[in-house]
Amino acid sequence: MFVIGERINGMFKDIGDAILAKDPQPVRAMAEKQLAAGADALDINVGTRVPKPERGAAMEWLVDSVREVTTVPLSIDSPSLVIVRAGLAKACAKGRGIINSTTGQQGKVEEFMKLAHEFSAGIVGLSIDEKGVAATADAKLEIGMRIIAAAAEAGVPTEDVYLDPIILPVNCNQSAPGIVMETISQFKMLSDPAPHIVIGLSNLSQGASERSLINRTFLVMAIGAGLDASIHDPLDEELTNAMVTAELLLNKSIYSDSYLAAYRKGKSVR
Amino acid sequence: MTLMETAKEKWSGAVGTVVLGADAAAGGTRKSVVTLGGASTLPFLKFDGQTPHRPAVAMEVWDSAPEDWPAPLATALGDLVKSPVEWARTCVEKFGADLICLRLTSTHPDLANTSPQKAAETVKAVLKAISVPLIVWGCDQPDKDNQVLPVCSQAAAGERCLFGTVTEDNYKTLAVSCLADGHCLIGLSPIDINIAKQVNVLVTEMGFPLDRLVMYQTTGALGYGLEYTYSIQERGRLAALGGDRLMAVPVICMVGQEAWRTREARATEEELPGWGSEKERGLNWEIATAAALLQAGSDILVLRHPAAVAAIKTSIGQLMS
Repeated sequence: MFVIGERINGMFKDIGDAILAKDPQPVRAMAEKQLAAGADALDINVGTRVPKPERGAAMEWLVDSVREVTTVPLSIDSPSLVIVRAGLAKACAKGRGIINSTTGQQGKVEEFMKLAHEFSAGIVGLSIDEKGVAATADAKLEIGMRIIAAAAEAGVPTEDVYLDPIILPVNCNQSAPGIVMETISQFKMLSDPAPHIVIGLSNLSQGASERSLINRTFLVMAIGAGLDASIHDPLDEELTNAMVTAELLLNKSIYSDSYLAAYRKGKSVR
Repeated sequence: MTLMETAKEKWSGAVGTVVLGADAAAGGTRKSVVTLGGASTLPFLKFDGQTPHRPAVAMEVWDSAPEDWPAPLATALGDLVKSPVEWARTCVEKFGADLICLRLTSTHPDLANTSPQKAAETVKAVLKAISVPLIVWGCDQPDKDNQVLPVCSQAAAGERCLFGTVTEDNYKTLAVSCLADGHCLIGLSPIDINIAKQVNVLVTEMGFPLDRLVMYQTTGALGYGLEYTYSIQERGRLAALGGDRLMAVPVICMVGQEAWRTREARATEEELPGWGSEKERGLNWEIATAAALLQAGSDILVLRHPAAVAAIKTSIGQLMS
């Protein structure tokens, strides 16, 4: 599993405060904590407390702050092409970048793919089009196909594409998780090589009780369906343990009696 | 006509690199060092990735003359076996060994029960006689090894030797010594990939660096479990290439030890006249076993017969060219 740590996000109070105060220390500390907990990449999102015109500069500052402590891929999280470009330029100066994200909307997806190609970056493609979030597996697949075609057109390798079927809060729509599961297994068959499949896991439990339990239960189910990347909180130890165990049971990693320690040890010697 | 594109794997990981031996710049006295691992592909698939360091060939040297080695092997080594120092020196200077595997067999309580101090003197004498890195292997009796090997480790401090072995049940004593004295370690597991990984986890949990570990997953000779060793090494390599850092550890195989105890290597022509020349049989068994394990991804092959060393070094040269 390719774990993208979600905690460097201005929506969290500690990071939001740090962005406003231009204090890099909490940002660096959060980057290091997530990496120690097993994150393979870090999501970078300036949040909404920064006024819109200043968000590009805030993204640059945030990426620079993280790049001081790591060269792992950084997922530049913004719907704005301008802000993504600003973050990507900083991120790719010392490592890789991932665009998070484009939708399948015509006009938009082509522009973002050009950017991905320019920076040899990964790119997350959401199951959203002109009509909004696709509600059925068929609609999600259609958008997925469109995103893969746009990638091929722009010269972005399929291995750099991360299709996101979009998971909605379970307390809003209880049929959505099942549809996402169905979509994941079908996404894998869209092309050879297959695209990566990613979800923004925490959205599933927004506003619900037992958030951690809901998140880890679904993550295990989704891994079984073929999910190979996730944007989530790697500091949730039980979530990480469940994820590592699921991969073990699917024979994606080699068992040892201390397999949980082995996962963390393996990440610590990167 | 359209040429077909070569299908290449895209691996996310690589085998870790381990350096054996310390030269003057690194605080030791070796004239040459051996770098293991680093491969970013399955063995010798040049089109898929890099194999930056060639597999190394070590030769076994015992601290006391072996008594039951078959005649063709004993004859090839002659009187050398009476002196570990001369044996080691000749293996390097005449037979072309990349490194020496000194086996402290005489320290076994059921044999000469040699003292730790005397064993350490042998280690120092052999180190002085050779310019290449040294593997120091105990007698495989855990309690005695825990007495002998730390003393040998201290005597060879700074030479970055490869000490063996540690197991799932017995690793702390030797790991602490090797950590303090700057040596590398061999983790032993009984043809069991899960235990191999567990040994690596346990040792690294003590703070032992992963880039000083080598795995010995035990070796099966041709006809005697080779396929198990092969498939475990292959699975380990695939895990390493897939990004499992705890399995991205170079592998050592005790080829000579296993090949020369097979019936095919030991039986005389009188006993089995239909099996062909006794002189060639054991040698060929050792070469065939080593050649197969090279393809499995072994990083150090420990051999016994000088002619096997020559044949395998030629084979490695061809595979790497």
